[in-house]
Amino acid sequence: MSPETNPVDTYLLEAEDLLEQIEQIVLGLHEHGDTEAVNQLFRAFHTIKGSGAMFGFDRIADFTHHIETVLDRVRDGVLPLSRELTELILAARDHIHAMLSAPHPTGALDEARERIIAALGTLLGRPEINEPTPPPRPPHHQDPKAGRSTIWLIRFHPDPDLMVNGTNPVWLLDALRALGACEVTGHADLVPSLEDIQPDRCYIWWEVRLETDAGRDAIRDVFIFVEDGSQIQIDEADEIPLAARQVLGEVRSNTAPENRQATHKQQVADSTVRVPAEKLDSLVNLVGELVMNQSRLTQAAAHFGSSELASPVEEIERLVAELRDNVLGIRMMPIGRTFSRFKRLVHDLSAELNKEIDLITEGADTELDKTVLDQLGDPLVHLIRNCIDHGIETREDREHCGKPARGTIRLSALHVGSNVVVSIADDGRGLDTSAIRAKAVERGLIAPDASPSDREIFNLVFVPGFSTARAVTEVSGRGVGMDVVRRQIEALRGSVAIESQPGRGTKISLTLPLTLAIIDGLLVEVERELFILPMVLVTENVELPIRTRSRNNGRNIVAVRGELVPYIDLRELFGMSGRPPEIGKVVIVRHEDTRVGVAVDRVVGTHQTVIQSLGRLYRSVEVASGATIMGDGTVSLILDITRLIHFADRRCRTQETRRCCVSEAVVSDG
Amino acid sequence: MPATIMTADDSASMRRMITFTLQQAGYDVVEAIDGKEALKRLYSTPVQMLITDLNMPNVDGIELIECVRAMPQYKYLPIIMLTTESEEARKQQGRAAGASGWIIKPFRGEQLVALAKRFIR
Repeated sequence: MSPETNPVDTYLLEAEDLLEQIEQIVLGLHEHGDTEAVNQLFRAFHTIKGSGAMFGFDRIADFTHHIETVLDRVRDGVLPLSRELTELILAARDHIHAMLSAPHPTGALDEARERIIAALGTLLGRPEINEPTPPPRPPHHQDPKAGRSTIWLIRFHPDPDLMVNGTNPVWLLDALRALGACEVTGHADLVPSLEDIQPDRCYIWWEVRLETDAGRDAIRDVFIFVEDGSQIQIDEADEIPLAARQVLGEVRSNTAPENRQATHKQQVADSTVRVPAEKLDSLVNLVGELVMNQSRLTQAAAHFGSSELASPVEEIERLVAELRDNVLGIRMMPIGRTFSRFKRLVHDLSAELNKEIDLITEGADTELDKTVLDQLGDPLVHLIRNCIDHGIETREDREHCGKPARGTIRLSALHVGSNVVVSIADDGRGLDTSAIRAKAVERGLIAPDASPSDREIFNLVFVPGFSTARAVTEVSGRGVGMDVVRRQIEALRGSVAIESQPGRGTKISLTLPLTLAIIDGLLVEVERELFILPMVLVTENVELPIRTRSRNNGRNIVAVRGELVPYIDLRELFGMSGRPPEIGKVVIVRHEDTRVGVAVDRVVGTHQTVIQSLGRLYRSVEVASGATIMGDGTVSLILDITRLIHFADRRCRTQETRRCCVSEAVVSDG
Repeated sequence: MPATIMTADDSASMRRMITFTLQQAGYDVVEAIDGKEALKRLYSTPVQMLITDLNMPNVDGIELIECVRAMPQYKYLPIIMLTTESEEARKQQGRAAGASGWIIKPFRGEQLVALAKRFIR
């Protein structure tokens, strides 16, 4: 944390973390001992309240006080941690979350607040919890006596153990001296004989005559920490009621140290540094540029052929590669945090649909680039909703089939080579191949007499607008389909695969790159300009002799082993001058479920490169997802296949020409 | 050499605020996220004052105070506990464990500095 971080920002971050912790604890309640869980919950709410009051979040502090009161009773064993209460805790957590994000009270918030407070009150056995004493504002001394000078006589018999508790009576006397003119008299009459003296006990007592315009409260404040064990007497000099001297101090009350020890199983928080994501992004960008400049340097060094230059350049190359790996490693985050969000989702949705579902997560410490993780949430939510809604059957259906009454969703992440495979598997009814088939025939996607493989049938669910759900439910089936999931995953340069067995369940695997900062690309050339195509999408390259072009009557179609594949001619699309070579190349790439070609002059080779995002001025360049700087300093664009196809498609529609209608060709081909 | 004060609190925002306030007043501050870390760091870093929260995971404030008081080098260390209005019982436990004083949340930065000045010479 940087020293300039504002405590309020820190509080907001901290409160969010605590809220997440609260959710985890509540959702995991049946998993471990309840005592420690309740202690953790109490502490979390306590911190939200205490720090909230410190930093001006009074509404949050007030509200949290109610839930803290209830939890305190649970801690004392007075109240049980009922299901009703856990639901309330979750509701309160959500409410605090809402208050953190809404700076001003709203009607809806107030309503939620009243509802939760009333429900908590009912749990406590009274209609309404007493309004909390508002957090005491830091005191501003307003003493009636303040302002005019008074003479005070103070007798101070310190607690003999005063010094053992870290106080020094001299400091107290100094504090009195700070208030005004003091005459201090020490009395040694209580000092015992030498053999009875314990050196760290205080046997001396003092009388002080203090002339000050501070009031009685200011003087009592000096003794505030010692008044329990000591005898302190403060009298105004002109009104000493000798007879009725009031001893302010009382014998220290002995509170038994009760159940304050709780076994702590909680893991020690890792020592971490929080850094804003933009800082990391700019670091990654800088390293990217360093890598590129370094390759220019290597090229230049090779050009000079000097061995004196070559060896330090090699050393730099090694260091830069290591630096790049380290920097990219910083952005890697365990997927566990993303996973943990889903516990709540499964809990809420299964309750809503009256199903009993356990979520099992595996490989929570698998690391992925933060940018990938951030964009993985939505598709995963969609897939899990699908599992809960369509996959897992109702309790009755499950029992009928002889399955365990509780359904299971298994969410796992695992490294496979340079990819991470995230899979969502349920033990539900599996995909209904005949229903999908029937629907596909009905929509004309496959011929009635076709006999597609299971795999081909499963892939049909990725067709936009395809749903076999009989009814749109609250949970899913609202038109956002698997096609969106696939598009989102492909935008992350990943892929989706489905496996399913009727009656046994469905498993959807998402294969994702470890990082978005580096791309494996295929370098292609058109008219001496270099472009990069994402390697993951490339399936093959075929030759395109110039005579084949003309033979196809101007339509951009190429035959790949007997199958016709439409292609985009980059030269044509980008309006580049010059003539195509005698034998060009078509790079065949996967796009959704079909194949599309990209016609280029020459395929240069594979190229692993650091992606640079395009500057502000180039934001309108939609066909490129980024750029990279080549070893010789030239810039080449990284083409985004999906957007390239859309661009070509729009281009041909506006030009009223059918020559490059790729998407039409795609549809008729698919 | 400026005096060193340790703040033990599981709340990052409280630590931030305390550290910032005390550093402004010229003290060195050592942070600990709970009682356990506080004890560990107290062995290696000599401090002149300890400001501790009472509710902390692993080793809580009361246990921390007891343990610190049992360390010979910290027998007379000023120990301030952070409490809230609703924690009277805990405050008493803290005093019994050997705390020198307390400060009630919410408090202002000046109050904290005044406290440090009172206990550190």
